[in-house]
Amino acid sequence: MRFQLIGVNHKSAPLELRERLAIPESRLPDICRDLTAYPGIEEGMVISTCNRVELVTHTTNGTADLRGFLHDHFHLKPEELDAHLYEFRGKDAVRHLFRVACSLDSMVVGEAQILGQVKEAYATARAIGAVRGQLDQLFSRAFAVAKRVRSETAVGSSSVSIASVAVELAKKIFGTLEGKTVFIVGAGKMSELAARHLMGHGCASIFVANRTYERAIGLAQKFNGQAIKFDDLYNSCDRADIVITSTGAPHAIFRREHGEQFLSRRKNRPMFFIDIAVPRDVSPEMGKLDGIFTYDIDDLQQAVTSHVADRSKEAERAEAIITSEVERFEAKIHSLDVVPTIVSLQDHLETIRQAEIDRVRGRLGPLTPEQEIAVEALTRGIINKVMHTPITTLKTAANESEATTVIDVVRRLFNLREKEKESAQAPTKKDKVGTRQ
Amino acid sequence: MSLLWLRFALGCYFISLIYAFVALTRTSDLFSRIALYAASLGLVFHFVSLTELFLSGHVVWASLHNGESLLAFLSMAFFMLIYAIYQTTSPGVVVFPVVFFLTFVAAVDEQPVLLTQYVSNKGWLAAHIFLIFIGYAALLVSFGASLLYLLQERRLKAKKSTSLISFLPALEVIDQIGYRSLLLGFPFMTLGLLTGSVVAISTYGHLDFLDPKILLSVLMWAVYMLMVFTRWNSGWRGRRAAFLATFAFVAALAAWAANYFSTIHRFAAS
Repeated sequence: MRFQLIGVNHKSAPLELRERLAIPESRLPDICRDLTAYPGIEEGMVISTCNRVELVTHTTNGTADLRGFLHDHFHLKPEELDAHLYEFRGKDAVRHLFRVACSLDSMVVGEAQILGQVKEAYATARAIGAVRGQLDQLFSRAFAVAKRVRSETAVGSSSVSIASVAVELAKKIFGTLEGKTVFIVGAGKMSELAARHLMGHGCASIFVANRTYERAIGLAQKFNGQAIKFDDLYNSCDRADIVITSTGAPHAIFRREHGEQFLSRRKNRPMFFIDIAVPRDVSPEMGKLDGIFTYDIDDLQQAVTSHVADRSKEAERAEAIITSEVERFEAKIHSLDVVPTIVSLQDHLETIRQAEIDRVRGRLGPLTPEQEIAVEALTRGIINKVMHTPITTLKTAANESEATTVIDVVRRLFNLREKEKESAQAPTKKDKVGTRQ
Repeated sequence: MSLLWLRFALGCYFISLIYAFVALTRTSDLFSRIALYAASLGLVFHFVSLTELFLSGHVVWASLHNGESLLAFLSMAFFMLIYAIYQTTSPGVVVFPVVFFLTFVAAVDEQPVLLTQYVSNKGWLAAHIFLIFIGYAALLVSFGASLLYLLQERRLKAKKSTSLISFLPALEVIDQIGYRSLLLGFPFMTLGLLTGSVVAISTYGHLDFLDPKILLSVLMWAVYMLMVFTRWNSGWRGRRAAFLATFAFVAALAAWAANYFSTIHRFAAS
């Protein structure tokens, strides 16, 4: 667990700083190479999105100078950067990465983009060999956790923008938006955005009506739609399934009698009015008609707010999942740790050596100091030669995915199962070797 | 043996019945899948039960319990058809309880009660029963859909539903389910009534329009036709359509109940 993570995100650093740290995609391989070449770093990769820049590394001894790397690489002075940095080690780094992958650390909690971005960064770093054993394990696990969070919680399932809520509502009414017609009344930024979302979900055609006809034409052209003269509004509005209205009219322009007209001409097929005008364009009376569904700006905003609240409730559940997953990951990494196996292997052979020397000593009688030294040197030499390959193999395996298999094989060959238990009970010994490695 | 299979089916239907009660209050994908499996399994048992009855040679479709069993089977089959097309179990909220009830009544009693009157034209009678039952099943689903439509319309109008994820399909989908069931059921119902008239005429020589069974059947058919017409002509849906559907459903229930007091179309008590 010698993971180290350093970075800035939208909460810790202002945009100006994030801009200076941002790394274009084309330069990602280079920086990954620089990072792995930096002293104390075994594996390393960079996640760079518009909201965050993070270095994720696996280090030789858990104390690599990642700040120094950032200062050097981006030519930033410590006083400019350090106050905005966060740094995590070991378990905390694992937790942070899991949270990022699950989109719990995002500006809009639950948005789906971040996972894709992390996956891309991982693929880039892996392609050039900057990510191999430990980081590979870490990221594979992070993706699995993100998948689990997505399927077990509703953290990413509800819409949290007005335009996407409008689309969701339209789908609740019409099922599919395939082939539906949209009518924009009053060309404005918001209605354009909503229309773009609707068209993106399959709506087929669009009409635009505006007091200034030229603006209607302009907007209609953007969508390959048709501009309608404002005077013709009531005659053509019934052709639309979804009406987005945002005029500056001081009174409601859609009243009950219009609704009745539309419905009778449409043979009562439902209509959805998205009223984002203040004051409202659709009279509440009209909204009461069967088959007319009106959502005004407050209704939409309320839906957004309640979805955000739902998300934060779900985010709590996601955090609990992450906590348990961090524990699991730690246990797994621990099982991959080759040090206890090396220790028990050494212990095992040392015991055999001692026993054999004692036996020989009994048979030969007392030895001279010179003989004593020679026997010691001989037996130790044999053991060290024999042990050399298994130990190097174990150490290499530790950085690769087949570590468990190799560990298992070595334990079985030397019958190390029980010794392992004993050495687990004597943690001081293990620590000693741990620092030696 | 047939009854044993029917009781197995009843057990399965019971699981789906629980779903019908729970689905309205909470949404669970897993549960709706369990309900679907249970209903499918029940349908298989039910089919075996009916086939065995048929193969036993002395099948009397006009007996009350066999009739109930057949109607339950056709309703469930119709539900499955809807599921196959629309991938929604929501009509089960209405269909499952009715199917369970019919199967329950059919499965508790060993001795089926028989039609007292001697019917000369067996083939026409069987056709009459099958056609009219398919019509009933379609009407049941259509009735269920119109209730779900109202429910979904309320939810959308109330604007309060914190989460828009719900077991109900989109409004237009529910509408289509209802309308298509209606359209599909109408010819069956019409032909069912016509064959019924043929049976009645060949047995009694005339049609007694004052008999409650015939009167209610004609009323039910008239409402059914009115529903199809208003829908086709002016697209009635929502509250008005639900009102008509309820009326047609009640008329259908009354027509069914008329079996118990009609003089020419009844199941004897023993």
